[in-house]
Amino acid sequence: MPARARPTSPHLGIYQWQIGNSLSIVHRLTGVALSLGLVALCYWLVSLAGGEQSYAQAAKLFASPVGLFGLVGWTFAFLYHLLNGVRHLFWDVGYGFERTQRHVSGWFVVAGSLALTLCVWGLIWAGHRS
Amino acid sequence: MSLQSPLGRVLGLGSAKDGTGHWWAQRVSAVALIPLTLWFMFSLLSLPALDYATVRAWLSFPMSGFLALLSVTVLTYHSYLGTTEVIEDYVHSAGMKVLSLLLLRFAHALVGGAGIFAIMRIAFGS
Repeated sequence: MPARARPTSPHLGIYQWQIGNSLSIVHRLTGVALSLGLVALCYWLVSLAGGEQSYAQAAKLFASPVGLFGLVGWTFAFLYHLLNGVRHLFWDVGYGFERTQRHVSGWFVVAGSLALTLCVWGLIWAGHRS
Repeated sequence: MSLQSPLGRVLGLGSAKDGTGHWWAQRVSAVALIPLTLWFMFSLLSLPALDYATVRAWLSFPMSGFLALLSVTVLTYHSYLGTTEVIEDYVHSAGMKVLSLLLLRFAHALVGGAGIFAIMRIAFGS
């Protein structure tokens, strides 16, 4: 088949940033972050299987400032990806395409994932103090 | 005149080189992960502490071990599907694409395999 110049989509730079495309990109970013989180989760499981000493080492790593930052970040990434994933599943079966519905569900995902992250770490903090 | 049908000409084009299989697998694993990951999160949150003895005792329960095994398996699969899509979209040179997809697949087998093996070691007490 002769190679022809196929029509290509315009460069991303010409689009105006909106809630829809921003949430879509964050969905992908949180997905990639969660893949790294899977490495951390499996490392934690391996350390647990390895015995008390290796588990203590992993626990120390997760309790360090970098480790805590990762854990809070992964909590948010998980909750966001979960809520926005459900939003995508609704679209897949044909619901929620109207402009208002898209915007409301989008902002619900943002507020919900932030609020739930606070709830989760509030619970952890409260449990840690008692 | 080409003897190829219009369908035959377009099959295998596009960045992923296949049709809806990848898309559908992603949705199925996504649906499975809703209850699995929520169970995982709530289980960890409801443990009195996250020290070695408590977590180990929790994961030694057959039901916990089984659900943790399913979670890690489906998470690895879903993560593999998602990151594959990212590489297919953003890595353009053919050689780099094949290489990074290969490394991605090996990395997921390694990480997921290690996680699953760890859960089995705990479940079977070795």
